[in-house]
Amino acid sequence: MTAAETSVEGAPVAQRALVRGGSWRQVLGRSLRRNPTIVIGGGLLLLLVLSAVLAPVLAPANPTQAGFSTRVRPPSILGTSSGFVLGSDNLGRDILSRVLYGGQLSLSLAAASVVLSGIIGVAAGLVSGYVGGRVDDAIMRIVDVQLAFPVILLAIAVVAVIGTSTTALIGVLALSGWVIYARTVRANVLSVKEQEYVGAARALGAGDVRIVLLHVLPNTMAPIIVVATVQLATMLLLESGLSFLGLGIQPPTPSWGRMLAEGRDYLSNAWWISTVPGIAISLAVLGANLLGDGLRDVLDPNLRGM
Amino acid sequence: MRSYVLRRVLHSLLTLFGVSLVVFGILRVLPGDPAKMMLPDNASAAQVEELRRQFGLLEPLHVQYVAFLSSIVRGDFGQSFQFRAPARSVVGERIWPTLHLALAAFSLTVLLGVPAGILAATRHRTMFDYGSIFLAALGQSLPNFWLGIMLILLFGVTLGWLPTSGYQGPAYLVLPAVTLAAYPMALVARLTRSSMLEVLGREYIRTARSKGLAERTVVMLHGVKNASIPVVTILGLQIGVLLGGAVITESVFAWPGIGKLAVDSIFQRDFPVIQVVLILAAAVFIVINLIVDLLYTVLDPRIRYS
Repeated sequence: MTAAETSVEGAPVAQRALVRGGSWRQVLGRSLRRNPTIVIGGGLLLLLVLSAVLAPVLAPANPTQAGFSTRVRPPSILGTSSGFVLGSDNLGRDILSRVLYGGQLSLSLAAASVVLSGIIGVAAGLVSGYVGGRVDDAIMRIVDVQLAFPVILLAIAVVAVIGTSTTALIGVLALSGWVIYARTVRANVLSVKEQEYVGAARALGAGDVRIVLLHVLPNTMAPIIVVATVQLATMLLLESGLSFLGLGIQPPTPSWGRMLAEGRDYLSNAWWISTVPGIAISLAVLGANLLGDGLRDVLDPNLRGM
Repeated sequence: MRSYVLRRVLHSLLTLFGVSLVVFGILRVLPGDPAKMMLPDNASAAQVEELRRQFGLLEPLHVQYVAFLSSIVRGDFGQSFQFRAPARSVVGERIWPTLHLALAAFSLTVLLGVPAGILAATRHRTMFDYGSIFLAALGQSLPNFWLGIMLILLFGVTLGWLPTSGYQGPAYLVLPAVTLAAYPMALVARLTRSSMLEVLGREYIRTARSKGLAERTVVMLHGVKNASIPVVTILGLQIGVLLGGAVITESVFAWPGIGKLAVDSIFQRDFPVIQVVLILAAAVFIVINLIVDLLYTVLDPRIRYS
């Protein structure tokens, strides 16, 4: 071990890498080598996103094309000659094509709700932490109330009342996700706002809005990125859970959760109908979780255990 | 100490008040007219009007809210539309199965998750450690409804070892409990591991070792006790996760508990029942977390004075 390495032992990996210097490529390469989880998780996620985006090119068949004569065919990768790589479902539709197209819906719903809940949560956290006092108290009590409800229960109650449109679904998912951003950002703002550079900016005559947007927010980005990645996993699970209960996007548009639910009744004779979309969801969630873990180790080790 | 307890109790009451506002909001302010839902489709406008008057739906919102609150305090939640019985007793009958399931899953979480985390930390960077990290990553990534379905497929359909639906004896509890426990067990194992790793690196552990204490005493007495605070926090939060998870798990295994009742009631638009379930779930969560917070003062005396 070199002297430079020992002296910065315990510092976040990114900082250690910076201390050792080199071009940004070397720094990045070193960080990634030390954190294979980022590469594995990110790669997995990228692969799934690409296959969803390229579904029109990759899919061997029309995902909603039913066929009576081709119902419940087993996957041909298992050595059968069914003509369907991952089998066909109870309506004779090609499961591979449906999984590819289903990814478009599941992944974009999850991503949209991560962004929306992020915007709401970060704003709430910034205001709560920076303004403090009664405003902080009020926002934190709202957070407490939100946390008291099991997310899925609140989500199904709201979806049941306002219906299952794409907008409603994203709204419900975002509603359940903003609290974690708000709490994390608030905690970070509390420490950042005591920093000298914030005092310096104020001494130079900067207004509150300028201080928050130019000095506080950029310095809380690391935890926000980590939370967003982990939330992507949570949103994927929640969306597929709602679809599974029949409260997701309505047929015939395929989504992973919906496909899984549809295959339930055919478990004993056609296990692949439920298994294939389940693997897709698990891989996406695993990818997001691994990426989040890796990013957390690099960017903000204090968030461990979140 | 006294003021801390008082403040926490006050916060909990405030949160409960917030919960009542949210439930009232979901059921009254959002679209969907209970009077129309209770009457047959061919009911006349006058009948609808009459029922709305009976329900007090024509009063101003704040009057309705006060009436709502006072009926909750009296324990009167109205009649279930689908069962034609008091909503309170409909939910009451379903509490035991859910309690059974949640307790079994919570026991698995504590009895397997915590020791797995401790063992992984004391065997840091061994095959056991890597194995448990892998299993934990998996446990947090498999959607619980899919895990449930796969368990049914393996142990019910293929091997025929365990019953897969209903609630008639201990054997019926196994698959649902494992399904429900998978996520919190993984989370708790990971958190215990990282918390233990951090504590085992502290100076007082080195001191304990250097004065010749047995490794067992060092780990159990000095390590586990000091690593327990974040673990207890997370265990408290798992009550919410279990209640939420029960909604889906019970639907997968046709478990006659509150979770399945909630889903069924939402599809039936049985608002009085949904109302009881939402309030009950939130209240249980709030009370348990209050207890957890008060437990800290025992585990960490510093909190009493902050």
